[in-house]
Amino acid sequence: MPNLLEVRDLKTQFFTSSGTVRAVDGISYDVEEGETVALVGESGCGKSVSALSILRLIPNPPGRIVGGSVRFMGQNLLDLNDEGIRHVRGRQISMVFQEPMTSLNPVLTIGLQLTEMMELHLGLNNEEATRKAAEYLDMVGIADSKRRLKQYPHHLSGGMRQRVMIAMALCCEPRLIIADEPTTALDVTIQAQILEVMKDLSQRLGVALIIITHNLGVVARYADRVNVMYAGKIIERGNARDIYKNPRHPYTLGLLHSVPRMDLPRKEKLDPIDGQPPDLTKLPEGCAFRVRCRYEVEKCGVEVPHLESIGTGHLSACWQKNDLHNAAAGVSS
Amino acid sequence: MRAETSTLRPNPFSNGGSGETLVEVENLKMHFPITEGVFIQRISGLVKAVDGVSFQIKKGETLGLVGESGCGKTTTGRCILQLEKATAGSIRFDGVDLTALDERSLREMRRNIQVIFQDPYSSLNPRMKVGEIIGEPMYVHGVEPDKKARRARVRDLLTTCGLRPEMDDRYPHEMSGGQRQRVGIARALALNPRFIICDEPVSALDVSIQAQVINLLEDLRDKFDLTYLFIAHDLSVVRHLCHRVAVMYLGKIVELADCDELYDNPQHPYTKALLSAVPVPDPEVERKRPRIIVSGEVPSPINPPSGCVFHPRCPIAVETCRRDIPELREVSPGHWAACPLV
Repeated sequence: MPNLLEVRDLKTQFFTSSGTVRAVDGISYDVEEGETVALVGESGCGKSVSALSILRLIPNPPGRIVGGSVRFMGQNLLDLNDEGIRHVRGRQISMVFQEPMTSLNPVLTIGLQLTEMMELHLGLNNEEATRKAAEYLDMVGIADSKRRLKQYPHHLSGGMRQRVMIAMALCCEPRLIIADEPTTALDVTIQAQILEVMKDLSQRLGVALIIITHNLGVVARYADRVNVMYAGKIIERGNARDIYKNPRHPYTLGLLHSVPRMDLPRKEKLDPIDGQPPDLTKLPEGCAFRVRCRYEVEKCGVEVPHLESIGTGHLSACWQKNDLHNAAAGVSS
Repeated sequence: MRAETSTLRPNPFSNGGSGETLVEVENLKMHFPITEGVFIQRISGLVKAVDGVSFQIKKGETLGLVGESGCGKTTTGRCILQLEKATAGSIRFDGVDLTALDERSLREMRRNIQVIFQDPYSSLNPRMKVGEIIGEPMYVHGVEPDKKARRARVRDLLTTCGLRPEMDDRYPHEMSGGQRQRVGIARALALNPRFIICDEPVSALDVSIQAQVINLLEDLRDKFDLTYLFIAHDLSVVRHLCHRVAVMYLGKIVELADCDELYDNPQHPYTKALLSAVPVPDPEVERKRPRIIVSGEVPSPINPPSGCVFHPRCPIAVETCRRDIPELREVSPGHWAACPLV
């Protein structure tokens, strides 16, 4: 299948008074048509910045995309002028943000916020756009959609607002939706509803999906391919089964060990990753995970490991990746 | 599987050998008035945040209180701390009814009851150094009045909580979220309390840091013989840490049981839905697992549904659920559920 999106060696940096923050430090990944790809990592690992960089939504100053390319359907989005990127945003690539409370405009009705996009991007008249807006609200499971169109965001609950965000993301029939922590602000039962809606609609409409999350559980159910990020780099990539059953990076391994699991007998003690994520202005020499790593060897402090293949479609950026096999066997069951 | 897990941790009821009740909450109600009008205020409605909650916590036990946002779990904790004046009900700590105490005896009592808050960013005073933050409760209560001794104890507490003693000279903004949460924990320990209310202590932290803090809370429980009320929405964390678990929905406890019993054999339809909604980080297990997706959202506590508050979202609701308020009843020894259909 052809690649819909090809990110190559993308670098985004923030120039602050305390130094240059290398938020995204040379990451490359692909998204195929209709595929669901996940970017997983902890806060500050650069997952959101990498997504915002695709749509060039990085505030400048202080931030700037300093290198790499983002090819979407053959075209490098980083070469487009402002007018050009506006035709991509919302039309071909749309976004669902984490905070449904703050990402809708509080002084405009739901209807206006939905129809505005369609009138602008698809050239529909108001009547057509309103009809379509109601259709999309039905599709994301908002009952009584005609009345809802006239309401303001504060009339809706968090879960409903996130549904509206999804309707907005879908209404111009984009090829790719980037969902940045779409369920983090929501309760578990609502989370499950929202994820089901997103997965179902993306499959039905053939839209590719990039899910950005810190929740390993969310990814397990919905993602085809998973990219694990740490300190601005992708450190492991593979299909969901490989990542969970056979993790080949100490960080992935550590993450999987450190969460209590509902499906396994209780453990006496959790096995956390020691230390804390590094300061992105002062990244250490060599591998950024080195100081927290249990499998460190001398080479780790000298040379940065690059993503290298360890099996079909499974890559890891670790010098010890081939010896992690035995350690990984203990993750599941 | 149950036999296996029970060998891993001590039986909560034989814990410490005593099985004595430390905290007893009975029919607790917290109704917040909604007022209208600017000059002449009149009460136009009530938010029934907590509506008739009863439970007991034994010495050395950790009781988990889970539920979605707005279910009243935090308010319950605040009522126990006497940060809210409960509308009705009693809260007994070691036999003393906290709601009946005057201010002075209450302050004396507060020494024994401490709290760890959710947000490590807003719960520490940004203008105070870490040493002052941890030392303040000792100063207020007249424990360690000597400055030097106090400082030594602060540094001791920092070490206990996995921080370096010289961090007492830092400001909160110089620390990471995980470190700040450890400061919050050290502050809670400063007065040698017997009971700590942990209000979502790890939900603001990153996954790899969460595990560190959970392990710390567990170690401290063993070391200082602490009793916890662990308020959280993350069911897998609660399962790991708690002896018994109470599930709340819209101001009421809908199910209460031993931890293993609740997770292996949930009775109330809400508990079942809640458990099935938690994703498991294993694609094979996760994709095969059936999901009970409850439709709709948590109704407003201002105007809760009649009868059983869960009936509009309940997959097994029958006609009578609309009318009759279900009692919390014992379905098997030690396992309580508020549903007439189980």
